[in-house]
Order: sequence, then C-alpha cells, then structure tokens
Amino acid sequence: MTGIVVSDVSKSFGDFVAVDDISLTVPDGSLTALLGPSGSGKSTLLRMIAGLEEPGAGQIVIGGADVTRTPARKREIGFVFQHYAAFKHMTVRDNVAFGLEIRRADRAKIRSRVDELLRLVHLEAYAKRYPSQLSGGQRQRMALARALAVEPRVLLLDEPFGALDATVRRDLRAWLRRLHDEVSVTTILVTHDQEEAMEVAGQIVVMNGGRIEQVGSPRELYEAPANDFVAGFVGPVTELAGSKLRPHDVDIRIDPVDGAMEAQVRRVTHLGFEVRVELEAGDGRRLWAQLTREEAEQLELMDGQIVYVRASRRMPVALA
Amino acid sequence: MRGRFALRSVALGYLTLLLVLPVGFVFLKTFEHGVGAAWDSVTTPAARHAFWLTIELVAIAVPLCTLFGVVAAIAIVRRRWRGRALFNALLDIPFAVSPVVIGLALLLVYGRLGWFGDWLAQNGLRIVFAFPGMLLATIFVSLPFVARETIPVLREVGTEQEQAAATLGAGPFQTFWRVTLPAIRWGVAYGVVLTTARALGEFGAVSVVSGHIAGQTETLTLHVEDRVEAFDLTGAYAAALVLALIALLTLLSMNLLRRKEAV
Repeated sequence: MTGIVVSDVSKSFGDFVAVDDISLTVPDGSLTALLGPSGSGKSTLLRMIAGLEEPGAGQIVIGGADVTRTPARKREIGFVFQHYAAFKHMTVRDNVAFGLEIRRADRAKIRSRVDELLRLVHLEAYAKRYPSQLSGGQRQRMALARALAVEPRVLLLDEPFGALDATVRRDLRAWLRRLHDEVSVTTILVTHDQEEAMEVAGQIVVMNGGRIEQVGSPRELYEAPANDFVAGFVGPVTELAGSKLRPHDVDIRIDPVDGAMEAQVRRVTHLGFEVRVELEAGDGRRLWAQLTREEAEQLELMDGQIVYVRASRRMPVALA
Repeated sequence: MRGRFALRSVALGYLTLLLVLPVGFVFLKTFEHGVGAAWDSVTTPAARHAFWLTIELVAIAVPLCTLFGVVAAIAIVRRRWRGRALFNALLDIPFAVSPVVIGLALLLVYGRLGWFGDWLAQNGLRIVFAFPGMLLATIFVSLPFVARETIPVLREVGTEQEQAAATLGAGPFQTFWRVTLPAIRWGVAYGVVLTTARALGEFGAVSVVSGHIAGQTETLTLHVEDRVEAFDLTGAYAAALVLALIALLTLLSMNLLRRKEAV
C-alpha cells in the first residue's frame, strides 16, 4: 500500500499563505492530478509531499508511514521537475543511473536496469549523449526514467510538460497514461492545463487560493462542478436565463418551442469540427453556443437571424 | 563597419600600450646580454630559493583559498543565516584594503610588539619575518577570488539539480561531489587561476611581513625588487619573466583541461 494521506497541511511564505489547511487522500496506484491556476498552491503541496518543502503545520503519510519530518532523500519518491533538472555534466545513461549509484547497487544490475528504462522511454539510442544534445521532450523522458530507476513508491510530476510545445505535450501525455498502466506506481501530476488533467488523471483535485475546491473524476468535475470556480476551470461556461450551462448544451431552434427564449445571432465562427455561435438573448444578455459542424449546417445560421434557445442540460448543482 | 573598426583599433591599441609593449619589453631586456646571462641570473642560489619559496607559498595558499572560497560561496548563496550579508561584505576586504595595510595589520597582531607577540615568543613560534607570516599574507590577499567567481555560477546553476539529487536519495556530501561541484567547476577553476596569479604576484603585504632576508624570506617578486635595487637589471627582468611564465602556464593548463573536456 503506497497511498498518500495529507492531513491539515498548511504552508506560508512570509505573509503569503500558499497552502491553507489541506487534507487529501491519494489512493494506492492511482494517477491523481492537482489542477489549478498559478499561485493556487498545487506545486507547493506536491513539493511538501516530496519533502522539498517543509509544511508549516499538518501531517503527510506515504504508504502508512508518517514522513512529515523525513528528508526528501529518504522518502523513496520519484520527482520530475518542469525544467527537467537534468545533470548537465552527465550522459543520459549516467543521469538515469544516478539513484542506483547512490544506493551502491551492483554494477551489472545498474547496467541492465538502466537499459530497461532507456527502452521504456525510447532513449536507447541516446544513452551516450549529454542532456544539451536532447530535445525538450527527450530530456523530460530521461528525467522520468531517472525518477523511475530507483523504483519509487510514488511518482511526483511538477508541470512535467509545461515547458514543451503543444504537439510534444500531447504525445507525452498519452505516453504517460500508457506508462502508468504499465508501471502503475501511485502518481501525482501537477498541472494548470485542464485538458491535460482530464486526459491523463483518474482523479482530479481542483485547487484555488491554497485550498481544495473539489475532488472527483474528470466526468464528475465536468458534469457536476461544486461551484463556479470549478465549472469555469474545467470547461467553458455560458449563462442562459440566469442559470449556467456548458455551451454545447445550448439548444438552438429556428422555430419557437416550449421554454425557449428568443435570441439574435451575433456572430458565427467556424473552428473546423466546432462552430461557435455568439447570441444576444431577449433579456439583453450575451451567451454563446457550441455546435458541431453538422448541427450548424442543418440550422444554416446567419448573422442577425432570430432563433430560439433553451438549455438541453443544466449543471445539476445550483451555482452561486 | 567603420565604427566597429575604430572600436577594435582603440581596444587593441590600448592593450598594446598597456600590456603587450611592457611585457614584450621585459622579454627583450631579459635576453639583452644573451640567453646564458639570463639563465645564470635565474639560477643563482638566491633566485632559486626565491623561486621555490614562491612555489611553496602558492602550493599551500591556493588550495586553502579554494576550499575557503567554495565553502563561503555555498554559505552565501545556498544558506539563510544571520550575518550572511555582513559576511558577504567582509569577504571583499582584501580587495578593498591596500596590501601594505594588510601587511602592517599582520605585524600588529603577530609581530613581536603585537597582541599575540609575547605568547608567540614564549612558545617559540615565529610568524612575522618567517614563512608562516608570508603564507598568512598571501592567503589574505588572494582569499576572495574563488568565492567571487563561484557565487554567480552557483546562483545561475540554481537548486533544481541539487533537489533532483536529493529526491534520488543523495545525501548532502554526495550531492556536493556528484552534482554541485561538477556544475560549478569552471567558476572554481577560473577562481583558482586568479588566486594563483594573485598569490604569485603578491608584493606589498608579503614585503611588510617578510623582512627581506635573501635566501630565506625572499619570494620572486621581492627578489625582483632586490635585483632592481642592486642594479642587476638582467636578474630583475629574468626573475620577472619566470613569474610571468608560471602565470601563463597556469592559464594554459586550465585552458587545455577545458578543451579536453569539451571534446
């Protein structure tokens, strides 16, 4: 059992409260994302779990043992930094072998383990290169291999794809998901990108202002957000007749129907598969709808046209 | 284009007037009366003794300054403690104070009439007008170089690699040897080159505490002065050239090391 239990943990830097009395359980073998805007305390929380930052108050338990005062080097964790933190003067092989060398593992064992990991992260051909000779994505894969080499009890990733460009990021995300299925080590991923969190994690912890707003599966957060903040952070929100809903739940009709409100089309934007329709409702408020291309083609919407809108699905919780 | 050319001319002209010409002149003057005469004057007993004394001083002072410099740099950059800013400021005293003053200060503290003078005399220890005093003076004047060269590099390298090492199980010493030191090595190396150059060329402070005893407490720089005063200009130039050659050798070996590693 290597679940993580965080109880009543707080951390301040001077007057700034980075983490404010947080309690959280990360199940054994799960992939959990800490999702929030910058300054929400997600990285600080992760660094406290790693032992790189000392909590001002509270307790951190990894695998049943209280590690609150245990130094990072004795926590048996793997940590991946946003900017790779590669050992620049070592080859890829030596980087990956570092943790095993520190543990004075047997030479032959180190060799075979490093080979195995280099295969896992597809860097076999780069073993003798230096980090400066790798691309960002390769460096981050090396950092992952380095963290995994010592068979950590938990894997902690601090915005691991934040410094990479969009395509590489997408690839690595999918790859991380597969990797987790293979190695299934308890993993926490810090990110500010809701799409990344939703795609990779089984459990998402939404953080804001040093506190947890909601914990749930991607679907729960999207369909039943606990409050405005979560609703807005995990997906787009628009407003119709005083209630909030997802833009793709705005039902647009050419003819009046029950419970529909009259609205005027202000602008239609084609974004490939998705079509965005900006509207002005009868009560003077603006809203927007998200349609598929097929839906938009059927409706044949034009700027200035009068239509009728209603919510096909509201968010179940009354939002403030 | 013309602006750049003018700028280069000024820079090169300046360098020629201030550096190349005087040093080149020393070189020419050394061999004015032939290679034999120059060789003879650097192989006199006094010159040889001065040479080895200088080497000894450098060989002891440079490692001590390096050790101090690296520790001081880490204490200033990586640790938070009371008095850190003060320590950082005090570190520059050897740069700020004239070496002659430093020599006099050492006399005041360790001299026969100084604070520890009586105690030292009773215990038969001789610091001033002897090797220990000269060593102290040499260390004092060349102390800040390694720290000053290392501090910016240490800042630039940042703490992430060290944190990564910690998460991988490395203790403070393992982290230092395997991660921090390799990352800052060229800063330290440059500091060592500067320290060596300073220790080699030190004149003022050593002059005050040495007592100028030829064949005993005379370093190469003091020997140069001694030769000038004795109107033995060939001897003075030759000794100066030896000094320059040692410094050049240090710089060269550092560059070779660096090039070898870059491959």
